[in-house]
Amino acid sequence: MKQSISFKLNHQSVSLNVNGDESLLTVLRTYLDKTGTKYGCGLGDCGACTVLIDNEPIRSCMILVEDVAGKEILTIEGLSSNGTLHPIQKSFIEHDALQCGFCTPGMILNAYGLLIRNPNPTREYILKGMEENLCRCGSYNRIIDAIQTASKEMNKKIKL
Amino acid sequence: MKTDNNTELYFGDVYKPVPQSRRDFLKKLGGGVIVVFCLGKLSVIQGFGQNTSEDLLNFNAYLRVKEDGRVDCYTGKIEMGQGITTSLAQVLAEELEISIYSIDMIMGDTELCPYDAGTWGSLTTRFTDPVLRAAAAEAREVLIDLAAENLGVSEEMLDVSNGTVFVKNNEKLKVTYATLTKGKKIVKTLKKKPEIKKSKDFKIIGKPVISLDSESKVTGKAKYAGDIKLPGMVYATIIRPAVFNSKKIKVDSSELSSFKGAELVEDENLVAVVHLDPEIANKAAKKVRVTWETPEHIADNETIFQYFDDNIKEKNIFEESGNLTTGRENSDIIVEAKYYDGYKAHASIETHSATCHFKDDKLIMWASSQTPFGTREQLAKTFDMPLEKVHLKQIFLGGGFGGKIYNRQAIEAAKIAKLCGKPVQLVWSRKEEFMYDRFRTAALMKATSGVDANGNLKLWEFDIYCAGTRGTKLFYGIANNRTRMFNEDDIHPFGTGAWRAPGNNSTTFARESHIDATAHAAGIDALKFRLDNLENEKMLNTLKLAARTFDWKRKKQEGHGYGIALGEDAGTSVAMIAEVYVDKTTGEVQPIRVVCAQDMGQVVNPHGATLQTEGGITMGLGYALYEDIEFNGGRIKSKSFNNYEITKFSKTPKIECVFIDKMDSKTQGGGEPAIICVGGAIANAVFDACGARVNRMPITPKRILETLQNG
Repeated sequence: MKQSISFKLNHQSVSLNVNGDESLLTVLRTYLDKTGTKYGCGLGDCGACTVLIDNEPIRSCMILVEDVAGKEILTIEGLSSNGTLHPIQKSFIEHDALQCGFCTPGMILNAYGLLIRNPNPTREYILKGMEENLCRCGSYNRIIDAIQTASKEMNKKIKL
Repeated sequence: MKTDNNTELYFGDVYKPVPQSRRDFLKKLGGGVIVVFCLGKLSVIQGFGQNTSEDLLNFNAYLRVKEDGRVDCYTGKIEMGQGITTSLAQVLAEELEISIYSIDMIMGDTELCPYDAGTWGSLTTRFTDPVLRAAAAEAREVLIDLAAENLGVSEEMLDVSNGTVFVKNNEKLKVTYATLTKGKKIVKTLKKKPEIKKSKDFKIIGKPVISLDSESKVTGKAKYAGDIKLPGMVYATIIRPAVFNSKKIKVDSSELSSFKGAELVEDENLVAVVHLDPEIANKAAKKVRVTWETPEHIADNETIFQYFDDNIKEKNIFEESGNLTTGRENSDIIVEAKYYDGYKAHASIETHSATCHFKDDKLIMWASSQTPFGTREQLAKTFDMPLEKVHLKQIFLGGGFGGKIYNRQAIEAAKIAKLCGKPVQLVWSRKEEFMYDRFRTAALMKATSGVDANGNLKLWEFDIYCAGTRGTKLFYGIANNRTRMFNEDDIHPFGTGAWRAPGNNSTTFARESHIDATAHAAGIDALKFRLDNLENEKMLNTLKLAARTFDWKRKKQEGHGYGIALGEDAGTSVAMIAEVYVDKTTGEVQPIRVVCAQDMGQVVNPHGATLQTEGGITMGLGYALYEDIEFNGGRIKSKSFNNYEITKFSKTPKIECVFIDKMDSKTQGGGEPAIICVGGAIANAVFDACGARVNRMPITPKRILETLQNG
């Protein structure tokens, strides 16, 4: 059944008429043209579709769009502001923490969620928090390094 | 997939002029200086099956210096994360004396790019680099000619830097590429071996450069085949049988009417539902009942090895010298063993995808394919269309690893688009990916070795079932040896194909495990045994570099073990040393550290080569320790990452990559080689840590514990 659902997407209000039982992933990709969020498995196993919902990293393939009504969603497209890359994005580039790039948006948003919860994470904390995001190209070590660098950079900004 | 017969190809043959039809095509490009490079029949794709049509071989690379001074680089190769967007730009920038940031890569577009059989076999750097460098060097000469005319001086007085030609003793007298190419249309065909730079003059080649395409990937702007949206496009879901290769008997689509807008599409064994909404297409497809006739059950993941042994009689000798009987007589210890490797999935995070439409008389497609030109040919054949009426467009791939060279999804998407008359997007589900991926074949290897009282190898017998002979040419000095390949087409219960360094992962695991077992039987240290028995100097030096970097003699912590594996692939020598920790009560393996030394000749981008090596090792740990396709005949039981485990964050060891410094030599392969040694290095490290010699991959905790219990 189609229903009107409103939420915030990348800091902007969005209202749309969709089947409430569609996954957020499908709605983002099909109806909101946010194709940076990727389909990897549709089962919550890989993390390629991770977005932030009210600052929590969530697998968008596993959540129904009707359950995000009134919430704030952040996808990879909303991470940079006014053309300036987010420190995590910059850090992923500097550490070259990606190859094919398909898992990257999910990795970055999962990392952002972790850093919001814990701005001073240990390597172990990051490892644990990232564990269920899969990368077949094998960029894991660089991703951890990138997140550590980004956390330092983000803390610097907060202090200023 | 043979690659090794290509190694002699290096400016080998430059003779064929560009035929008229291609000249017409070049005229369609905008202004500027266009340089075309031809290798005639001896193209980069020699030896590959898809390269059958001679008229496609007219040129292999070209570039265009545009009127704004930027340079378009055209190549039929694709980018799937292996980093050639960056390394190809590096070699072009080096010869043309421009910034790498002023290069635009046009890749894998079948209308714009020169023919290429496929991005595989670690071939790009080996064979596209020389061609591009030559074209760029030629372009530089053309621009110097133009500048001489423009500045009114002789060519000898000129030099080039950063896209500007200047007078050597008066740098104020200068002119930019942009000015020189403005209003010009010069097409040059390279007819002779060009003057390319010597390594001592390199400014960009050999320097670490981070990936040029990463910004598009961290912002979500990079487009993959499933990100393309066409007006009026429908999403397709295919109804799949439970068993591979089943034949359709009947279709009951009576329940489809409850899904408004859902449409059934049928073509022989292809049954699909399309809808404007992908989830409705999915739900509707579940209501279509197809009765299938399933093929005969062959074997399961336990019995397949015996099945190979019993049924494969076709064999040929790959390498042989000396006399095996003499080898046995000269040996004091004979070691015999069998090694096993299960089927593996490519498991790219991007599943096979394609978006396409028929427009006017053309078929236009974006497909996750390592072989856009091959896809074009397959599609043209399927629909009986002329090749030029099928257009594959440039797109990023979310991983390939050899899995995206068969293009089943592209044919399916186009068939559905044809039948329903609408633009179509087809993205395989993860479950489909685990069924129609062409798996790395399971393999059985039988090895017999003999060693004398001095620790010298005297005998080597190696029988390989299903893994082929890539990389199995002996680099140990063993006078009496024989390597045989046993193979039979269609022996597998489902599709198999190329998987990052095809076959070489399995055979290197077997050989290096067996060399270790032989060293152990002779009571000799695994490093010393190899150093003493190697006769290939390149490999010997690579091993020495690995041992030095790892510090082989370093004291081991309790429960830790070290393991070595050596291998050759795509012209590159690899020596890997792994350290693992094994929990003897659970059999759990924790990789601690991996050192990988490689001789890959000239390293164009040391940073890119490091990324590929790290990636290969991380991916390789998966096949060594976790990955195994479980199946019962054509019924594949591994259906998701939940029951097909790949390497995760916590299992990734510290990785150190070192390269033999050889800037003056030819480039060799970089995408595949490192991965071949992971299985052997891990197996040997596990043995060293806990005494379990596990001869079957993946080396699971269960197999370790069973081996320990059975002695």
